[in-house]
Parts: sequence; C-alpha cells; structure tokens
Amino acid sequence: MQFSEAWLREFVNPALDTAALVEQITMAGLEVDAVTPAAAQFSGVVIGQVVSMAAHPDADKLRVCQVEVGEAEPLQIVCGASNVREGLKIPAALIGAVLPGDFKIKKSKLRGELSFGMLCSEKELGIADDANGLMELADDAPVGMDIRDYLELNDQLIEVDLTPNRADCLSVEGIAREVALLNDMPFSVAEITPVAVEHQDTLSIKVSASDACPRYLGRLIKNVNASAATPLWMQERLRRSGLRSLGPVVDVTNYVLLELGQPLHAFDAAKLSGGIEVRMAKADEPLKLLNDQEIKANTETLVIADAEKALALAGIMGGSESAVSDTTTDIFLECAFFSPSFMMGKSRHYGLHTDSSHRFERGVDANLQARAIERATQLIVEIAGGRVGPITEVVAQAQLPERVAITLRAKRIRRILGIDLDVPVVEGILQRLGMSVTKDAEGWQVTAPGFRFDIAIEADLIEELGRVYGYNNLPQSSLLMRSALSEAPEAILDIDQLKDVLVARDYQEAITYSFVAEELQKSIVPDDKYIKLQNPISADLAVMRTTLWCGLLQAAAYNTKRQQGRVRLFEAGQRFLGIDAAQQEKMLAGVALGSVNREQWGEKTRKVDFYDVKADVESLCALTGHEVQFVAGQHAALHPGQSAEIKTLEGQTLGWVGMLHPTLEKKLGFDGNVFLFELSQNVLLNRKVPVFNGLSKFPSVRRDLALLVAEEVSFQAIKQCIENCNEDLIKAINVFDIYRGQGVEQGYKSVALGLTMQDNTQTLTDSEIDAIVNKVLDALFNNISAKLRD
Amino acid sequence: MSATLEEILAQALQELAAASDLSVLDQIRVQYLGKKGAFTLQMKELGKLDPEQRRVAGQAINNVKDDFQSTLEVRKHALQQAELDARLASETIDVTLPGRGQSVAGLHPVTLTLRRISKIFSSVGFKVEEGPEIEDDYHNFEALNIPSHHPARAMHDTFYFDAHTLLRTHTSPVQVRSMETYQPPLKVIAPGRVYRCDSDITHTPMFHQVEGFLVDENVSFADLKGVVYEFLRAFFEKDIQVRFRPSYFPFTEPSAEVDIECVMCDGKGCRVCSHTGWLEVMGCGMIHPEVFKAVNIDTEAYTGFAFGMGVERLAMLRYGINDLRLFFENDLKFLGQFN
Repeated sequence: MQFSEAWLREFVNPALDTAALVEQITMAGLEVDAVTPAAAQFSGVVIGQVVSMAAHPDADKLRVCQVEVGEAEPLQIVCGASNVREGLKIPAALIGAVLPGDFKIKKSKLRGELSFGMLCSEKELGIADDANGLMELADDAPVGMDIRDYLELNDQLIEVDLTPNRADCLSVEGIAREVALLNDMPFSVAEITPVAVEHQDTLSIKVSASDACPRYLGRLIKNVNASAATPLWMQERLRRSGLRSLGPVVDVTNYVLLELGQPLHAFDAAKLSGGIEVRMAKADEPLKLLNDQEIKANTETLVIADAEKALALAGIMGGSESAVSDTTTDIFLECAFFSPSFMMGKSRHYGLHTDSSHRFERGVDANLQARAIERATQLIVEIAGGRVGPITEVVAQAQLPERVAITLRAKRIRRILGIDLDVPVVEGILQRLGMSVTKDAEGWQVTAPGFRFDIAIEADLIEELGRVYGYNNLPQSSLLMRSALSEAPEAILDIDQLKDVLVARDYQEAITYSFVAEELQKSIVPDDKYIKLQNPISADLAVMRTTLWCGLLQAAAYNTKRQQGRVRLFEAGQRFLGIDAAQQEKMLAGVALGSVNREQWGEKTRKVDFYDVKADVESLCALTGHEVQFVAGQHAALHPGQSAEIKTLEGQTLGWVGMLHPTLEKKLGFDGNVFLFELSQNVLLNRKVPVFNGLSKFPSVRRDLALLVAEEVSFQAIKQCIENCNEDLIKAINVFDIYRGQGVEQGYKSVALGLTMQDNTQTLTDSEIDAIVNKVLDALFNNISAKLRD
Repeated sequence: MSATLEEILAQALQELAAASDLSVLDQIRVQYLGKKGAFTLQMKELGKLDPEQRRVAGQAINNVKDDFQSTLEVRKHALQQAELDARLASETIDVTLPGRGQSVAGLHPVTLTLRRISKIFSSVGFKVEEGPEIEDDYHNFEALNIPSHHPARAMHDTFYFDAHTLLRTHTSPVQVRSMETYQPPLKVIAPGRVYRCDSDITHTPMFHQVEGFLVDENVSFADLKGVVYEFLRAFFEKDIQVRFRPSYFPFTEPSAEVDIECVMCDGKGCRVCSHTGWLEVMGCGMIHPEVFKAVNIDTEAYTGFAFGMGVERLAMLRYGINDLRLFFENDLKFLGQFN
C-alpha cells in the first residue's frame, strides 16, 4: 500500500514530522518500506497563462508566447509544444529556475527570438516518466503561484508493507484511523453527500451465490461524459499511490478503493443485456478480461453475469466487453461485499492479483458498501456529470460476517504479556481500536468493528493491547524456568565430531544445493530413482539429489576451473530417495583431488590415491568403535577396480569409497583422478560404548611372515583366513610390506605380515608360538595357496 | 734417576691441556692412572721404602694424583661441553620453514554460525531437534494455522512435489512434530535447511533457519523478549540495541519482528541497513492457540513462545559477508576465510 502523506494528513494530522510518523506506524506493525518524494527537486516554476501567441518568424514549429506569470508584465517565452494555445494555464519555469537534473533556466535566444523562461511538461518537472506536450493546468489555477505549492509536490510517498491480517489498513482512511489511534486523537472521514436521485431506472439484481456475495449494491448513472478530464488533484493522488489515470469513471472507482478500501466496478450499461446475476460460472465459461486475458472460468469461480453471459470475475477483474470506454454514456456501478473465505486463492488460480482481489481476499468491511457507492457516485457526477438512479441492494443478512463478543480475561493478559495493564489502559486502547467493550467479572466482553477481520479470539485482542501499548514498553524478564540436566548419550556420535575429524584431515566443509540438474544426477547414478520438483526454479536445480556427490563434484569442478589444483571438500546433508521421511537419508560425503598435501618443501609431492581417502574414511569409522569391512564392489560412479562398499560386520551398508569413474572424470571436466566417499550418518553415528577388557601381565610376542600369494588374493582374504583359525591368542595382524618384483614370480606378490600373540595367563613358550604359526600357515596354504617366501 | 713426581705431574697437566677430545683424554688417563700408568708405577715403588718414608712419599703421590684427577675432570667436562656445543650447533635448523605434512581445513560459515547459536541455547537446556526437509502440507502449513489459500502462503514461495508434498519453507514444522511427540515442558531449537522458490541478489532457493520454541506453564512475552535479547547480545558479543516491532505470523500471536541496531554502522545508518540504523534479524511471538490445538496441548495449562532466524543473515552480519550467493558457490577462496 502506497499513499501520499499529504492525503493522509487531510484525515489526521498529528504533530509529527515525516520521519517520526513513519517510525510511529512502523513500530505499530505497519512496516514502512520506503519514503520517496512526490516529485524530483526543482525550483522557480510558477503557474503561467498564455495570454497571446504568435508564429515564430523563422521556425515552423515554434511559437512566441506572451505568458502571464503574476508579474507586472507578461514574459515572452518561445515554446515548441503542440498543445500550446491562448488561455492555457501551464507551469512556467522562470529565469533562474532549476529543473530536475540540475537544469538551469537562463535568458536565451531561439532562432533570433528572445525567450525569458520555459513552459514545462510533466516529464520536465520530474512528475511523470513520459509526457505528451505541456502539462495542462485547471482553468482556476492561480497564476503566479509556485507550482510545487499548487500541486502539493512537497509531499512524500509512503509505502507500507502490510501483513495479511491488516486488511483494514489497505486504504488511506484505514491508515488514518490507525494514526489517530496511536496519537489518541480524532480523525475525519471522507465527507460524503449523497447525490439526489434523478431517475428511477434500475437493473434487476439476482444473487444466486449469497454465501460468496452476501451484499451487492448497484445503480444506473445515465448521461455520463466518459471523456471528461479527471481533475489534476485526483490524478495526482492516484499517481502517488502508483495508479495511472484511465478516464474519469475508472479513476473514481480506483480513488474510492484507495480512499476507503472498497473496490467498485463500473459496467457500460449499453453493453449489458437484461439484469445482473451474481452466480457461479458454468463449466469452462469463457470470459475476456480487461487485461485481454481470455479465461475459461471453472464452476468454483464467482462471476457477475447478465442474462446472456459472464461479464466479470467477481471481486477480481472486469471483462473487456462490458468495460467503460470514452464513448460510454450510461454506467452500471457495482459495489459488493465478497466473502474473504470464498475469495481466498481465486485470483491466483487464474494467475491474477489485482488491487481488488487483494482486498477482498483479506476482508473488506461488510458495512462499507453503501457509503462507498455514494462516495463514488458523488465523485463521478462532480467530474463527468450524469443523472443518478436509485441504489438496488441485495443482502443476505445471515451470510454477512458476524462479530461475536470475545471474552478477554485480565489474568490472561498478564499471563501472555507478562504485565498487569490497568483497566482504563485496556479499555482505552480497545475503544480507540473501535471495539465495543463491556466489563464483566473476569475482564471484558469485546466486539470488534466490521473492518477488523483479524480479531476473532482472545489472543487477537491481547496482541492488539500489546501492539498499541508498545512492545518495547512491555517488560522483559530473564529466563527463569525449570531445567533438567541434559542427556549425554554415548552410543550416538555427534555429527560435529565427524566434521571436526574431516577438518583436521584437511577437508573444507561445503554446502551445496539439495536439488541438482537432472542431467547431472542421471550421469552420476543412472540407476537411482530420483524425485522431481513440480516447479523448479531452473533446470540446474530441478531434481532432488540421491547422492551428495552431485553437488560436491560440481563444487570441486568449480574450484579446479579457478586455479585450484588441489580440492578437498566434504558435506553433511540429506539425500532423497523418495518423499517419505525414511527415504530422506542423512549422509556425510567427501571429494579429494590433486596432491595429497598442500605444496610444501618437506615431503615429496604425491597425488592423492585410494588409500589416502580410505584412511580418511577409516579415521571416521574409528570414532565409532565398530569394525567395518571394505568389500570390492561396483558403483556406477566409480572406477570398477578402485571402489569399495563399506559395510558393518553385520553386513549393513555404510557407504562407498573409490575413484571417480574415468568416463565421468572426463565428462565433468577434471584433468586428474578424483576420489570420493559417502557414508550414511544413521549407520555411522552408532558408537560402541567401550568395555574394558583387562590388561595382560605377560609379554606379547611378534612373528613376522612373508607370504607369497597370487596377485588376486586380497589382504582381506588373508586376514579372514587367519581369523578363521580361531586362535584367540593372536591379538593383531599387521601388514607392513607388499612386494612385487625380483625374486617374486610374475602374477604373485609377497605380503609381509606381523602377528602379535599374547596370553593373559602365562608367558607363551616357543613351542606354543610355533604351533599357532604352523596352524596359521597350514590354513593359509590350504585355503588361499599362500606359501612362506624363501 | 727417573723424573720427579712434579715433573710427571707437570708433563701430565700439559698433556691434559693439550687433549683435543674425550678419547685422547681417556688415553692420558690410562697413561697415568692405568695399571701401568706413571702414577701407578710410582705407587708400586712405595713398597721398597720404610714405613715412615712410605707414608710421606705415598701422601705426596696421592696429592699429585688428586691434582691430576681434578684437572682431568675439569678438562673432561670442558671437552664434553664443547662436544655438546658442537653437536647443537651442527643440528641447528631453520625454524621459520613451514611445518611438514598434513594441514587442516575449516568449517562452512553457516556451520560456524549454527554451532554458536546451538551452543548459546544449549547452555540453558534447549535440545536440538531435526525434521524432514521434504514435508507434507499439514506440518508445513495447516498445523501452523496457515490453511490452503491463506494469503500468508503467498509469503512462502513453495517448491512442490505434488499437491500435498513440498520442500519445507521454514523450520517451524519441527515445532509441530516435536509437540506431537513430546509433552511439555519443552525447550527446543531446530536448525536446518529450508527452501523457497526465489532467487536473486538477496535470495537463494535454499537457506538455513533456526527455529526455537519453549512451552511451559507460565511463559510470557516478557520471557520471549528476555531470551531474544540475551541471545542477540551473546551472539554479537556486543551490548546491542534490540527492538520488537509488531508483525504477523499465522502461528504466533502476538507476533514480532526483531530489529537490532545495525552492527555495520552502530545504528548511524548505512547501505546495509538501508540508512534506517536497524536490521531485521528474526521473527518471533507467542505460540498461537490454534497451533497448540493442532497438537493437543491445553492452552489454559501451557503457554509458549517461538522464534525463527535466518542463519545466512546472521553469518553475513557477524562476518561482514556482503553477498548471499557466496554461501553456496563453495569457492575455496571464500570458504578458506573462515578457517
């Protein structure tokens, strides 16, 4: 809602400057978004009148005018505007005037003719973006008066960002009411003198949907001059509220909408056939709207129709066929109350949002219509003449909004606001808000006025009390509340701990969008089912990711294209396998590429590889206290020979680690190997609470074995084979070297293992140790053909 | 006649002084004190003397030996010290060279901000709750007193999957879910990602919010003001001006927007605060009776307040970040500034 400050001050004029006024209404909940001057800065422009005019001897398009500006003698001013004529009153910039853009007016010679000033258009005064010739002023404009005073240009446009509950402030009168209440002073309402009825013709009005339209008023005004000019003051007020002048009838309905908050509509009566019916649209009923949009209304839509067809979308927009034009002579003026609960969402259904629908959806005072139609009639007749017919009103009393008394308890005020408000304070505020108030034993019975659709329950009243009393005048307390000791579950890790480990291992945390391009999602995990947004903001952010790798790979590529040869990023967030809560899985994922360490002097430079990233994953798993297994596996996004599925010992999948598939590496624009991991937080965050096992008092013994095994035998297979021997005394199996080359046959490798053995009850003897080692060697030989290397 | 004791001593002391390292010194020690050493031989000669002479001569030899020995010790100490000094000198390195091996990275500024917010609230017993990001219409809107077609829905540009399923537009559904699950008293904060179909210089389609709420028997707007005020002072570590401005949210009543004195210009007015001196940082209010009704909490027995804040906004103010879009570009040059 944007309005002129001067207009507001006509209704209520507190002793506050603009800044203080703006601050006051902002702090009352009517947030002022912007305050802008009504016109650009200029000076030295007065009202002039062209008293005589002669053709310029040397220029066809120029006129040499004598302009009366309230001085002893008229001024000679050369003018090229096409609408200049004798008798016309116009803004005249005098010598010394400064127009917007710091344009100084000086005495000049135009093709040999002296000119002592300049006649101005709206554009030249910075009032309008465009102009067609000189600005024409009313005949009664006082010559010599400063144009800024005449047009009240020393005015501010105040733009208020109203919350949806404050429909009552969608008019200058509504804002005035609020300002008056805040300053505890009276305000004057728009003065309305009903115009005398001059004819008795009416249209029949039938309301078939009285729940949607409980009140409908209409009247015929005949012999209107629809081409009459809207007076400048009205044009200016419309302009200052952001509306263009569109002819006197539409201007008046817009003006009343701004002034009182009541939308009205005028039909060209000649285009109507038969009476008016307010009814639900027929299925796919066609209607061409004022904005030239052609719609097919559905049966949930309320229309204003004549005997033949739908004429207008009720409360939203009129139709183009029945619209008032320059040639209209008779109009049918409509003023209705449409129920907000019915109107909600209707305009949006047709992709529309109008000043009218905005107000009806939020609630227009159901008692306002008679006043508004009289006000509009009065203004139309003043401007465009016309003979006024009687008002026809159709009202369904039972469907009108009811204002029931609300119980307001003093103790509830105390409980919600934390303050005891004195009885006169409470009653004073409520009465200034237009409520009717009766005292009862516990507090009050309060009935809200018709323009307050947002007051229905006790809490609404308490909010009003707090708001008008001033939130900043309410007390503030230090939090005193019962407090239980907090829990400290040890079997669940905090994701923050894992993030800190990754940060310590030189992974930078990233946050990427949860939605990604469909193309990217499909290329990374072609087999994953993903869900699409119905209304994505762009094709790049259109489907929900099923892996955090989508965003991380994009972020990594973004950085490599910006001179980063080494990128290590991680992200914690959800992936989306479906819309159920259970399918929104929290993951922890990382990407690493480039050298393993930042460039440095102390270590040999080496590219990051699978085992580096595996160590990072292992360090995360180590926090859980659970052992995990890495099983060679196939993942669409990963190199088939360098990828592992990570599983718990129970076989539950924890995630994946591996090298980005070379095809994807190329497709995504990387020029080196990229390593990835992704782990399910649900599984990962389960921590084993440690249980103490006792310490052995006896020394441990280590035996080193160099095993010769075929290339395809994995370390996991060797380890498994040893573990299957069920030798409890083997406490650790450590691999400390892998060797291929001289002395080892092609296709084989030498794996050096250290076995650590220890008994809790005695020192192990050589023969006991040998027995264990031999058992292990036998098992290794029998199961995986492993031999001791000579 | 062999050399006199004095001569031997003088010779020995000269040799000690000339010894260049510990091994030479040890040779000299053996040469004089070893089994066949000069002083040892002198001692062996004593047996030939009568007792009285033996005592005098023995005393003389012992005195000379003591002199030798103490000089030897001094010399040994000096040589050891010299050797240590030499070693230390040889082992001196350039301590200004950077350390070796792995470096560390850092957390995203949103995480840093979320952690601080959580820390401040958990210090008074607020528990962290989370909820699904793909929400149903009921929890995101209906249960929060925003029925379909309500004009307030226009303030939430919602991403939909189907008529009933959407990306949550705020973290407030966690409030509903928590109250469905637990009985009061409740003290909860709910951090997380939220989504709105809006993208320009000051909006990203995904951002983070922290919702907080407290439900107990006697909670008033005064408590809300206290909590918000103390939180903002703790967060900005500054005795900051705070004001509460009436506003409207369907799920709270009374509702307020909270403004703080602009932290960029100390309230004097600058570009960041649009020359108003104030910055809007959060919305809050007393939980609406309709919300309590939806989760079967007795509004006569309990009252509560709720607040919600944009994490990126707070991070921008805290760290002076001037462009919202930087948060999700994940440029290492940006991220690295918060390590």
